[in-house]
Amino acid sequence: MVEISKELENYLSDFERFEKNGAVKGPSWVHQIRKAAFARFAALGFPTTRHEEWKYTSVAPIVRVRFQPAAYELGGLTAARLARVTLGEGTCAQLVFVNGCYSRELSFFWSLPEGVKAGSLAAALYADPAGVEPYLARYASYQDHPFVALNTAFMEDGAFVYIPQGKIVEEPIHLLFVSTARGQSTVSYPRNLIVVGNDSQATIVESYVGLGNEVYFTDVVSEILAGENTVLAHYKLEQEGEEAFHIATLQTHLDRNCNFSSHSIALGGALVRNDVNAVLEGEGSECTLNGFYMVTGRQHVDNHTRIDHVKPHCSSRELYKGVLDGRSRGVFNGKIYVHRAAQKTDAKQTNKNLLLSEDAVINTKPQLEIYADDVKCTHGSTIGQLDQDAIFYLRSRGIGLEAARSLLTYAFASEMISQIKVEPIRAQLDNLLMTRLQNGSHAKDTL
Amino acid sequence: MLEIKNLHAKVDNKEILRGIDLTVNAGEIHAVMGPNASGKSTLAHVLAGREAYEVTAGEVRYEGKDLLTMSPEDRAREGIFLAFQYPVEIPGVSTAYFLKAGLNAIRKHRGLEELDAMDFLTLVKEKMKLVEMDQSLLNRPINEGFSGGEKKRNEIFQMAVLDPKLTILDETDSGLDIDALRIVANGVNALRSNDRAMIVITHYQRLLNYIVPDYVHVLFDGRIVKSGGKALALELEEKGYDWIKAKAESAQRMFA
Repeated sequence: MVEISKELENYLSDFERFEKNGAVKGPSWVHQIRKAAFARFAALGFPTTRHEEWKYTSVAPIVRVRFQPAAYELGGLTAARLARVTLGEGTCAQLVFVNGCYSRELSFFWSLPEGVKAGSLAAALYADPAGVEPYLARYASYQDHPFVALNTAFMEDGAFVYIPQGKIVEEPIHLLFVSTARGQSTVSYPRNLIVVGNDSQATIVESYVGLGNEVYFTDVVSEILAGENTVLAHYKLEQEGEEAFHIATLQTHLDRNCNFSSHSIALGGALVRNDVNAVLEGEGSECTLNGFYMVTGRQHVDNHTRIDHVKPHCSSRELYKGVLDGRSRGVFNGKIYVHRAAQKTDAKQTNKNLLLSEDAVINTKPQLEIYADDVKCTHGSTIGQLDQDAIFYLRSRGIGLEAARSLLTYAFASEMISQIKVEPIRAQLDNLLMTRLQNGSHAKDTL
Repeated sequence: MLEIKNLHAKVDNKEILRGIDLTVNAGEIHAVMGPNASGKSTLAHVLAGREAYEVTAGEVRYEGKDLLTMSPEDRAREGIFLAFQYPVEIPGVSTAYFLKAGLNAIRKHRGLEELDAMDFLTLVKEKMKLVEMDQSLLNRPINEGFSGGEKKRNEIFQMAVLDPKLTILDETDSGLDIDALRIVANGVNALRSNDRAMIVITHYQRLLNYIVPDYVHVLFDGRIVKSGGKALALELEEKGYDWIKAKAESAQRMFA
């Protein structure tokens, strides 16, 4: 094995133990990928703030902790306790993962159209490895991103969704990741693979919830492959526990004439990093990346997005909005990369931030790299406080100061909420906002 | 109803109001006129409770209470309404719901029952007619994309809904064409009554053809330098503010 620095030693011993465990061995090609990924992780090491992509996000708090591999443990978790975070009856399938492991007890399948598969990746690797092999770990590169490499080295379970050609899956497929960590610090590496055939339509919801206040770490990678002419909406609702670390990569590849939208909502966790990458590999696709983050206390949330316009005539629209309170920190880094062949690209990126306190900090950085000459690309970012004129205007009509502040904060966020088309998610987010805002219920009545 | 005594106020460390004395009784309309930068808008904002304006001396009593210690929302709840010279655009908050929140906060303060959506809508529809405002504006975000005239009409509409005792119109006429001016004035006149008072701040005499004041005061350099009946407005129109300026300056020289 490779030479390894001290802070990685524990990961090495975990990996050696993991590899020897016959239960997770799987087909040899998976074994090869894991080994290569671990070697890459060992070579890269954990990023420091000297790395451009990690300049404003220090992962030192993660490096310091000795995590134990998480195991399936319900710890009193029941379907009833999950009700608050499920999408109710409006889903066609709900796959629940407890500490990264698929839960047969808590998952259910309601009305999946024929031929559509949704289940555990571990089971798919066991029962139908050939169905997974062309896709798994072929798109989310582990060459440069240490946490993608780490996830790939330890990948074992997660969701595998396969939608064949020409299927319309009207109701969302919900992938619900619950952490029940208790008593010790654990790490899980959920790995999701979503393959959508030509001419199909689907909505995928990933949500991450922590039930306790333990320190735990979720390192997740999701790969989405969308065939020609697909309509795909992806939602991610991150509500990890307040001491949790969450590092995620969503890697999406779109064939021609796709309509893809991603809605990434980050609310929980102590340290959160979201990478959302979309590669527009065919002509004529439309890609929407929306994001909303709302943090307080000492939370840190970092959103990195990258849109690759590889082929001509694609459009992308990106809007990320953040509300930062307390001593929280936010990072937004949005890259749009227009390749030489991608003429007639139409890209627009916007990041807007609302700082509610003196001590909250946001670092925002739009990055355009354009190698084609006939394109339309714009970007903009704003950082502001609540508008004092607007607050005074509301107060002069009898609305109290706190209610006015809540109302304006809610109004700032409402643009993102209104774009959420899955009703239960919209309602959940709405409720979360209300409880976070002082006099929130008043603001809700008002809007 | 309102008693202003020796009011001094600063903005950004610059003294704008330099000793205002003004008494307004119920049922009266007072016009406050004056050239640009004479302190007209500052007076309006100080009365409404804008925090950026620092009162350095003097007192203001409203219905016997110390107005200056009250928060802006409490002043509104007690019946003071400021029609803004530059109404604020607030994206994401609809006019209807914002106004309902305001109205119910005021009603609650006055010990009245809060209005539900149905009753509110009935009230609002009636008041919109008063200012010939299109109902579709209700569901639009506050003032967003409104024309100048629509914004001013929206102010008068809000006034009509909130039913204040003391209204301060801050240059509500500026930038309005004659049709819009008539609509706004009709809205204001409809609310004239013996238990309500108004302070009409304006640069031009024109508005006072439509809203006829009981008293006219001329504000210059942070002080009321002349008061009179409605004829004073006409005299100002005729002679211009230079006449006042010259008089005020010669008065200053006399005291110097």
